[in-house]
Amino acid sequence: MTTSSSERGVSLGMPELPAPAYPDDVRARLETDAREIIARYPDSRSALLPLLHLVQAEEGHVTRTGMRFCADVLELTTAEVTAVATFYTMYRRKPSGDYQVGVCTNTLCAVMGGDAIFTELQEHLGVGNGETTDDGKVTLEHIECNAACDFAPVVMVNWEFFDNQTPATAKRLVDDLRAGRPVEPTRGAPLCTFKETARILAGFPDERPGAVEASGGAGPASLVGLRLARGETAPARVVHPREGASQDRDSAPQDRGAHEPSPSEHLSSHDAPQDTSASDPAHPAGPAAEEGE
Amino acid sequence: MTLAPELKDTSPEKLLAPVLSAFWDEDKSWTLDVYKRHEGYEGLRKALAMSPDDLIAYVKDSGLRGRGGAGFPTGMKWQFIPQGDGKPHYLVVNADESEPGTCKDIPLLFANPHSLIEGMIIACYAIRSSHAFIYLRGEVVPVLRRLHSAVSEAYAAGYLGQNILGSGLDLDITVHAGAGAYICGEETALLDSLEGRRGQPRLRPPFPAVAGLYACPTVVNNVESIASVPAILHRGKDWFRSMGSEKSPGFTLYSLSGHVASPGQYEAPLGITLRQLLEMSGGMRPGHRLKFWTPGGSSTPMFTEEHLDVPLDYEGVGAAGSMLGTKALQCFDETTCVVRAVTRWTEFYAHESCGKCTPCREGTYWLVQLLRDIEAGKGVMSDLDKLNDIADNINGKSFCALGDGAASPIFSSLKYFREEYEQHITGRGCPFDPAKSTVWADSRTEVNA
Repeated sequence: MTTSSSERGVSLGMPELPAPAYPDDVRARLETDAREIIARYPDSRSALLPLLHLVQAEEGHVTRTGMRFCADVLELTTAEVTAVATFYTMYRRKPSGDYQVGVCTNTLCAVMGGDAIFTELQEHLGVGNGETTDDGKVTLEHIECNAACDFAPVVMVNWEFFDNQTPATAKRLVDDLRAGRPVEPTRGAPLCTFKETARILAGFPDERPGAVEASGGAGPASLVGLRLARGETAPARVVHPREGASQDRDSAPQDRGAHEPSPSEHLSSHDAPQDTSASDPAHPAGPAAEEGE
Repeated sequence: MTLAPELKDTSPEKLLAPVLSAFWDEDKSWTLDVYKRHEGYEGLRKALAMSPDDLIAYVKDSGLRGRGGAGFPTGMKWQFIPQGDGKPHYLVVNADESEPGTCKDIPLLFANPHSLIEGMIIACYAIRSSHAFIYLRGEVVPVLRRLHSAVSEAYAAGYLGQNILGSGLDLDITVHAGAGAYICGEETALLDSLEGRRGQPRLRPPFPAVAGLYACPTVVNNVESIASVPAILHRGKDWFRSMGSEKSPGFTLYSLSGHVASPGQYEAPLGITLRQLLEMSGGMRPGHRLKFWTPGGSSTPMFTEEHLDVPLDYEGVGAAGSMLGTKALQCFDETTCVVRAVTRWTEFYAHESCGKCTPCREGTYWLVQLLRDIEAGKGVMSDLDKLNDIADNINGKSFCALGDGAASPIFSSLKYFREEYEQHITGRGCPFDPAKSTVWADSRTEVNA
């Protein structure tokens, strides 16, 4: 968690100066994209969510500068844009890694092993929820149900599916990501960076050759019923990456005792108001820089 | 094709009825070519030969009901759109699949996106709409790619754009990616989100059919509902009604997950039972018993072993005290702590509550505090009544159903597993070992043995 503005001694009564604008060339390029996005909708304000994805594609997170850009092109106030940007969890409020690794810890995945995977990844990477590794490669998060319960436990990297994970396969995955080795999702395209993913979310199709076809058709679990209906014998046990299972023994969670929520997770800590990008001292668009000018 | 009386037969060939999933295993199943080879866009031709009003009546007569949870008749939703009002009409497809346990629309869109697009064209012709939207949750980029590709194929083939197939119908489809908010699966919150606002539900009336997107008449339908329409048109409403029951006709996707031998998608006539699904698919994982399950996601009250023979249709599940919901059959075996499961779901609802309505925003917060204490062995007996009381103060007392969904696991788990809660309190902690419920728990035991 970043420190709050009051902890840093910033006067709460001090009104923020407007965020600096993008440099002219960046702004011109983004305006072309923005016009294309706005043209998809009968009412321009509908373009706000994709525009926030667009500015996230530019900077890796939603900055005050990005929000000002959205406000300008849609003729909204920055307050209106901020209200929206802070409502949705996919908009990052601080610089993060190239690869967002999200471990599903909603009930089903958690019970099936998601909790163990998330715990082991935190230890393995030395980061907590929402934190980024020192090399800037991996941001670890726990995520909510991602509509792949028949592939549990599920890990998402930049919103591509890595199905049927174990602690061992998940650790290998993050090691590969940090080492720059190519990583392929079980369902989805070869990974692009978080910024490139955000551009697809803004509604600009992935133009990489083979991206749509990558990983083929439906995943194995999706076909179980179809195969049964055709009279094909049921697979004895459906596709869990067993090759990882034997290696799991050594890395099994040490604490097999009662399940206790960790103190840092207690008291709805994940629901506490997050800082906006405005209060991030590292970001040059923030008020700290402006006040020093 | 499977007829209702034949449901006595226990073979999967008789019990299952793949329609939407019929060619998911084919190479490039998501492309227009493969879809057309499987009679794709034939339903559209039949629809365009009818008058829009006749088309609405036809879909209504088929008995198709919403597959997103509430089960509202799809044709009736279309009929509510006022005609000749001079306003634009909109179709918005709810592809914000986020209900815990629910995993049917995402595989459907990944493997067969054209069934949705064809259904949307038919629906727009019926309700006289020339602009439709697919609101896809943002966290599923592989599906977004295939939707982008399918929409672009449909434009190139003349199924979208101006004067579709010479019918005079003009239609544009916009694919819109959300940004991470469970609440946007609620139809009015979805509309606010699509208008570029925080996803918060609206008070109804007015209903979206009267004042929806941009205050214009709007139909909001679930992916699977719309994707089921082309097959109904192509193969006929009588064929559709030959499956399922009088009030719950047709086929649907059941999503089996959790501690079962073969998790996955099973497309079957409405009314199949969990026992039938488990028997054909290898049952629970070897050596374990079913303890509790949800019929349609975490917001539907949980069931136990005693409900294995409940017909999984709208009436059957309703009569047994739950809801068919999204047919997300999450099965948990005896290694699973029900308090842990409910605590996690409740944390989810607290996190996803949009904050608009006080009972939901505050109530879910306090439920989490009590549940965490109980799970950690710090609860007292009076907490159990307090849980019930708080859930009762959320249920039915907010704008949308999120709060009701949060109350469901509390009520139902206390009803069936109160003793287990008490054990956590008297035993000062959780008696379960979470390691035993993981997918790899048993294989590890074997290796260690």
